[in-house]
Amino acid sequence: MLPIADTTFVEATWIMVVKSLVIFAVIFGILPVLTVVERKLIGRFQHRYGPNRVGPFGILQPLADVGKLISKESFRPANAVSTLFILGPLLPVLSGVLALAIIPWGDVQDGVGLYGIDVPIGILYFFAVGSIAFYGLVLGGWASGSKYSLLGAMRSAAQLISYEVSMGLALLGVIMMAGSLSLVDAVHAQGDVWFIVPQFVGFLIFMLAGFAETNRTPFDMPEADAELVQGFMTEYGGMRFGSFLLVEYMEILVVSGIAAAMFLGGWMGPGPSFLDPIWMLAKMLGLVLVFIWVRATLPRLRYDQLMTLGWKVLLPLATLNVLVTAILVVVT
Amino acid sequence: MSAKNEGNGFDPKSAPYLDSIEVIAVQRGPEPGGMGGAYRAFGETLRGLKTTMARLIEGPMTIEYPEEKTPVYPRFRGRHKLHKFEDTGLEKCVGCSLCAAACPADCIRVVAAENIPGDRVSAGERYAAVYEINLSRCIFCGYCEIACPFDAITMGHDYEMADYDRQNLIFTKEMLLAESIERTPLKSEGE
Repeated sequence: MLPIADTTFVEATWIMVVKSLVIFAVIFGILPVLTVVERKLIGRFQHRYGPNRVGPFGILQPLADVGKLISKESFRPANAVSTLFILGPLLPVLSGVLALAIIPWGDVQDGVGLYGIDVPIGILYFFAVGSIAFYGLVLGGWASGSKYSLLGAMRSAAQLISYEVSMGLALLGVIMMAGSLSLVDAVHAQGDVWFIVPQFVGFLIFMLAGFAETNRTPFDMPEADAELVQGFMTEYGGMRFGSFLLVEYMEILVVSGIAAAMFLGGWMGPGPSFLDPIWMLAKMLGLVLVFIWVRATLPRLRYDQLMTLGWKVLLPLATLNVLVTAILVVVT
Repeated sequence: MSAKNEGNGFDPKSAPYLDSIEVIAVQRGPEPGGMGGAYRAFGETLRGLKTTMARLIEGPMTIEYPEEKTPVYPRFRGRHKLHKFEDTGLEKCVGCSLCAAACPADCIRVVAAENIPGDRVSAGERYAAVYEINLSRCIFCGYCEIACPFDAITMGHDYEMADYDRQNLIFTKEMLLAESIERTPLKSEGE
């Protein structure tokens, strides 16, 4: 029997600590920039400038935002369940940070694997950890003691079950072609041709499900600023609200990272091997731009439209994709 | 004209203006529902993405207001100005109060006084001893300008009159006579 993934590679503990710190620092350095980039880009998409007052070209805007959020009162409604209310924003942060660990930034170079960890269950880890975020949303929404928050939380739960299956099936094609669950192996398997070419349908389904995973337009029903006043976030203020926002961008990065690794050849790119993490980051940020582009374009889907899309279109399409891929893999 | 119009008894010759107008056909995708609907949704999504990207390339159209100002047309009715004769330096206003009478918002107050021969203020017999416009009431209709027989009051181009105190919005004769700071750009020819 084939091993699910070859993870006999072991590193010293201090290397892993340094790696975690570096990944953490890089990602948390990118996140504030992403917020301002998104706002500026959305502005440009709408013939506006976007934020350009704080600092040169508005790059200090996130600092001002965080300063504002921190200085705000951490308000809690009287009928909120206090422990769960506080736990609400923490779980998504935890899930986002944990999911960052498996994004492969590069191959093993000089005895150091340029990734957080290459877990044997690979992509399943992403699904397991990613789903924890929804506990945060549901608990936070329920514990707020507000009808809008509860509606938002229920929507996010319903959304979760309607796309998560398709998301898994979309990646199954790649897993079969790579013959491994590990993301590092998946990138290695793309030496000749990126999986976006043979698995284009899978890529589209994964990205669509990714929009739902990150609660972004056109699937931002849990938030729904217009009708649910930010859904599960309604009662949150200050840095708790800020951490929900932070998580949204972190999830975008994670989904982009997984998509880049599984479909866009991960760290593969011209140039010497020390450029590998740069390539990976470039591909990730390219996909992040797609997220922003779509947000600037599409309106929010109706609740039942998401269900229809998830169950009647994406699921059959993903199943068919898996079936065809399986037959082709066996035949060739 | 195209053959489309001939079927419904429409004679394009009866509407010669149509020759000069380019008729743009409305593009319609397949009807919603089924595979056609799915295809349509996908196609429309791509079309939307194309549209927004085109906006990105066009660049912002914002006029960043405090730094750059929209030019106004020459006939723009902004803050009032009182005028003097350029040669003699006498005020054009003779204190006839026609502007105050014409004012629908009742925001002009004129108190006239007789000119003393040795020390003339205006060119006429009388002059405006007090001339006040309450700009917090003014609706900038320009009737005062039309009513004035001597073109003594005209509407200027200044529209930045915000203030923290209502008292400051009652403009006196001295303020209206003073050369206003050119804060508002004027539209150039053909703009």
